[in-house]
Amino acid sequence: MKVSLFVSCLVDTIAPQIGVATVELLRRAGCTIDFDPRQTCCGQPAFNSGHRAEACRVAQGVLDALGSGEDPIVVPSGSCAAMLLRMPSLFEEGEDHERARSIAARTRELSQFLVQDLKVTDLGARWPGRVTWHDACHTLRELDIHSEPRQLLSEVRELEQVEAIGCDTCCGFGGTFAVKHSEVSLAMADWKIRHIEEAGVTAVVSSDVSCLLQLGGRLKDMGSKVQALHLAEVLNTR
Amino acid sequence: MKPTDPIVDLDARSFGRHSREALANDSLRGALDLVTTEFADRREKALSLAPDWEIWREQARAIKAHTLASLDTYLAQFMERAEANGITVHVARDRQEACTLTAEIIQQTQASTVVKSKSMVTEEIGLNEHLIAQGLEPVETDLGEWIIQLAGEKPSHIIAPAIHRTREDVGRLFHTELGIPETHDVEELTAVARRFLRARFAEAEVGVSGVNFLVAETGSFLVLENEGNARLCTSLPKVHIAITGIEKVIPRLADLDVFLRLLPRSGTGQAMTTYQTLFTGPKPDPSGEGPEAIHLVLLDNGRSNQLSTPLEREALACIRCGACLNVCPVYKQVGGHAYGSVYPGPIGAVITPALAGQDRAGNLPHASSLCGACRDVCPVKINLPELLLELREKGDEAGRSETVGFGAWSRIASRPRLNSVLGKVLTRTLRLSQSPGVVGRCVGKLMRFLVPPLRTWQAGRVLPPMPARSFRQLWRAGLDGEDPPA
Repeated sequence: MKVSLFVSCLVDTIAPQIGVATVELLRRAGCTIDFDPRQTCCGQPAFNSGHRAEACRVAQGVLDALGSGEDPIVVPSGSCAAMLLRMPSLFEEGEDHERARSIAARTRELSQFLVQDLKVTDLGARWPGRVTWHDACHTLRELDIHSEPRQLLSEVRELEQVEAIGCDTCCGFGGTFAVKHSEVSLAMADWKIRHIEEAGVTAVVSSDVSCLLQLGGRLKDMGSKVQALHLAEVLNTR
Repeated sequence: MKPTDPIVDLDARSFGRHSREALANDSLRGALDLVTTEFADRREKALSLAPDWEIWREQARAIKAHTLASLDTYLAQFMERAEANGITVHVARDRQEACTLTAEIIQQTQASTVVKSKSMVTEEIGLNEHLIAQGLEPVETDLGEWIIQLAGEKPSHIIAPAIHRTREDVGRLFHTELGIPETHDVEELTAVARRFLRARFAEAEVGVSGVNFLVAETGSFLVLENEGNARLCTSLPKVHIAITGIEKVIPRLADLDVFLRLLPRSGTGQAMTTYQTLFTGPKPDPSGEGPEAIHLVLLDNGRSNQLSTPLEREALACIRCGACLNVCPVYKQVGGHAYGSVYPGPIGAVITPALAGQDRAGNLPHASSLCGACRDVCPVKINLPELLLELREKGDEAGRSETVGFGAWSRIASRPRLNSVLGKVLTRTLRLSQSPGVVGRCVGKLMRFLVPPLRTWQAGRVLPPMPARSFRQLWRAGLDGEDPPA
């Protein structure tokens, strides 16, 4: 199957290894991949802070990069995928609206694409250790993705999956919230981390890079041994 | 702070200030985590026994939307029928009017002691402060409300006003305020409250209550409670004054059905509250029981303005169950007082700007990570994160530096080449700041100085090691050519 990849700005600039893992994973599942270099960011940081015009300006680039194709658009980030689903409300008329609708209709978060569309759960991965899934807010509540990543993790050899208390509670990132109310954001991360540590895991896994920056950054600051990993990184380990 | 100000301490920066205070208070955080989790767990349990939950939510949402679209009609119907039932209906445009009106009714009865059952609207209008200024003595009789009245505080939760206080706190408070020996035993503390409050019920000539629902069809109103104090407030005194917002009206008595299923389950996880009292007029003749007169104060206080925009109208559907507070990860960390409003949490962040003004409360919609947990639990399906987003868009609270920042960012991010070049500069510099030695430390310091958000981010979080090449570089450098054979 041919797919179009929207890696997200964070993966592109500071976590390219997640993009590479996603590409390798999709290829192993039999996909051919197109990456249009005109893509930058989905516009979410501005949109969620109340700056619609600025968000539209950036999202225009997404229309140019992805608006004319027909292939599924795979996104290794739940919140960016949720933002792409929102595109039609950003461009309310004309050709832009049509392109935005086309993008929204084709957008798939990585685990959703693998399990629902490709009907693959076993990617031949081996990852020795105990992990817990972090339900990123947008992945869970905007995209309604709950069982897909858990199914994928359950097929990984030597991996034990446990549910931490509060696995569906926000990590405290929330875009500009993390710097506007940094102390509250950190307290939220600490609440999560307490329960993650209690679950006795070697890693917390998610498919949202922003949550991973928050949780991983906080874990490292605390000197914890628990890693924060992207689903693609775990699934791409053999 | 004016005596009738409903807002405890609210300005453009107050959330930051109060939340830092709350985060430093371990006893508060312990109590909050325990009780909100307990409420949320009980709610989950109650829902597991209610397979039609989503159908009820949809019905309730539809009833509220319908009523709010024709609020004038239903209010007129309610007032006409309530008057016919012998209830004296008053309309108050704002909190000052509501307070004055209520004080006048009380003064006409020559009463000095007023017993009160729990009511968020009286908190909104600052009724107690007003009555005290008039030489009257309002006594809260809901246990939580009584505790915070003794402590001189405002409620920190819509249904559990003293949620921020542990039983040890309450024991110390009762000891200092009432002169009783200090005890931390909940049963003993409750017995103390009962003993003190019974005397007040007996002497009070006026009882004040809130309202959960006004029924247009029958001209009656409903009060829900668990402690029995509202029944005492509304049956022992000669005069009963009920105060409520105009948005509480529903068309038919039969509509109560679905709300009575939703509200207690959402709030406390109960299938039903201990007491449900439907008032349809004072006692018909002197030999009957109950109050001689019932007054109902209908408060607008900005609500009819809220009706005119679809965004704010949706928030008027709120039935004040408090479920959105119990699941809000921000509320769970900082509690209700951080919001500086008697209405805290996600719903408070939505309705406080309408009550207190954008200049004072415009920052509250930013006090959320927009996680959406509140939307999932709202019994009338208010799309809270969406409303918070729209309020962020409407307000200009973000400040000039943020607006300029996003303006510049959007001009860069909409130009892929420029974006890529600047992205490279940023990651290279950060990479340099992560290198060991003096150069790394100096570059790091300089970066944090030049980019304040980075400074904030790094206070408590470690950035991951920055990559040597971006994804698009890796793609061009060969990742693009490795597709499996078609």
